[in-house]
Amino acid sequence: MKIENSMVTFNKKKFRFSDWLAEKVIKAVAFLSIAVVILIFIFVFREAFPIFRMDNKVAASTETLVQESYGSEGTVKTEDKIADSQIDNSNKKHKSSDKPSSTLLSNTWMPVSDNPRFGLWPLFLGTLKVTLIALLFAAPISILAAIYTSMFAKPRIREVIKPVIELLAGFPSVVIGFFALMVMATVLQNIFGYASRLNAFVGGIAMGLAAIPIIYTLTEDALTAIPKTFIEASLGLGASRRQTAFYVILPAAVPGIFAAVVLGLGRIFGETMIALMATGNAAMISMNPFDSVRTLSATIGAEMAEVVFGDTHYNVLFLIGSLLFIFTFALNALAEFYFKNVVVRKYQSRK
Amino acid sequence: MNRNIKDKIVEGITGISVLVIIFIIVSILAITIIGGWPNLNWAFLSEFPKDGMTKGGIFPAIVGTAVMTIIMAVAAVPFGVITAIYLAEYANEKSVVAKTIRFAVKTLAVVPSIIFGLFGLGFFIGFVGKNLDSLFNGSELRWAQPNILWASLTMALLTLPVVIVSVEEAIRTIPRDMREASLALGATKWQTIRKVVLPGSISGILTGTILAVSRGAGEVAPILFTGAVYFSSHLPHSLSDQFMSLGYHIYIMSTQSSNVDATQPIQFATTLILLLLTFSLNAVAVVLRYRIRKRVK
Repeated sequence: MKIENSMVTFNKKKFRFSDWLAEKVIKAVAFLSIAVVILIFIFVFREAFPIFRMDNKVAASTETLVQESYGSEGTVKTEDKIADSQIDNSNKKHKSSDKPSSTLLSNTWMPVSDNPRFGLWPLFLGTLKVTLIALLFAAPISILAAIYTSMFAKPRIREVIKPVIELLAGFPSVVIGFFALMVMATVLQNIFGYASRLNAFVGGIAMGLAAIPIIYTLTEDALTAIPKTFIEASLGLGASRRQTAFYVILPAAVPGIFAAVVLGLGRIFGETMIALMATGNAAMISMNPFDSVRTLSATIGAEMAEVVFGDTHYNVLFLIGSLLFIFTFALNALAEFYFKNVVVRKYQSRK
Repeated sequence: MNRNIKDKIVEGITGISVLVIIFIIVSILAITIIGGWPNLNWAFLSEFPKDGMTKGGIFPAIVGTAVMTIIMAVAAVPFGVITAIYLAEYANEKSVVAKTIRFAVKTLAVVPSIIFGLFGLGFFIGFVGKNLDSLFNGSELRWAQPNILWASLTMALLTLPVVIVSVEEAIRTIPRDMREASLALGATKWQTIRKVVLPGSISGILTGTILAVSRGAGEVAPILFTGAVYFSSHLPHSLSDQFMSLGYHIYIMSTQSSNVDATQPIQFATTLILLLLTFSLNAVAVVLRYRIRKRVK
């Protein structure tokens, strides 16, 4: 018996050690998500940073870049650059306009040319235009659909509607982009009769499709999170379901719906494949929703594979990535801390 | 009476919104099936592209997608499961650490996929790969270029939150009584997690894995410049090879192929395959998740 007892204590000690170790390992691994976010910050910014200090080194650094060139167009581009810098030397008027960081605020995006210009305005404007169209399409339709699902639909129908709309979230964006490119572009052109087949409007509607399941699901959650007593009180006072929905539930759920729209916005803003396939990809400054546009994310997607590693163009693309990252990070923080806290503070005591 | 009419109108408008969304979903499905079905046959699934990509099949793209998602799952699932265990079993909900980890996971879930691509390029290829090469290969270029390993790892980071969320949800459905019974019998916390919590959340882990694979198979932006290629004459046979992927194939064929009209049947059929793949995976996940939720009630 004694031997057994000692075995037990021995085992216990051993397992305590493994317990301690397990906890430490688990905790360390859990920190990985934080580490990844920080690493993304560091590495995306690191590659963007050089444009602010390499202005004078463009010509000097081209020779060393040849070995590191990435993609077949490398050599061609370097030749362009050398030719370009020769032009610069002979013509000093151009030199100041050729500084990459000084062209960032110009109105032309022309990264591959003798005198490359990296004006971000057309890209900003394009992104804004597409995002606005997508949001104007996706937000109302998803919010209305969520109201129907949570307020008017019979339980059995609701059980069908919810998973079907959530199916849309499982569509890869390249599939939605393909559908927009092949079908929607033609159909919408026939209806509205505009000139260019692929444009901000088609791209916006397609990106709206990608955002619908997000906005719908989160709005539906926000609506069903409103305490049952609110609804019962309203119905008990003789209000109809419509009146309850619009005067009781909707106002109470506004912060949650805002959070839903903000997260949908983040999805639209960063969407790459649909933008690449359906917006026409022409960087121009125009307010017409039926003109082709080029968004920030599509620019990265289209040009990164053909760029010289370490070149100014490469750095500018990373700069665009940093901007995208900051923006979605801020949107997420806004949705997470501001809106959710408002909802929680307002209703937690009444549950 | 007036009120009743208003009620009907509002109900009608909201109902129409639902119908419009469902109509769009159904038409995407229907058009893909109608366009892709006639070209779908065994040869299409088992052959390499031929005649400058205008004929032949998509075999390497299927294999490439499969291999990439397997490596991705091997990388993402263990980390995701452990993070979920931490969040559900160890973390103190009110501690700053737990809140920060939760916020980091949510951030990873909303960061645009193209940013992961940039990160893969800057970190895996430009930093890790470059240092590996200078350490082991001299000046020879092997890891400091796009390949299937870097693409899979980039995708693993993207799908990490998917795994974490589903596994944590499953862990939380395991009744408290079971944990307490185990602890009362003298088991330590780690033993309880290993013998009670993990076996109980197997279906959650499976759901998370399936959802991650489905997401990873469909995403294109992260692999645009971390490993996917337009055409490869052989299957990837080492981790430093580049690969073809279904999603990338659709993108390239529909926007940059030399003859977009002639290859339309291939494009539709590839889209159909990708959609079938992600759909069947999602359907399995939905069923599994439904069963987990039923356990709570």
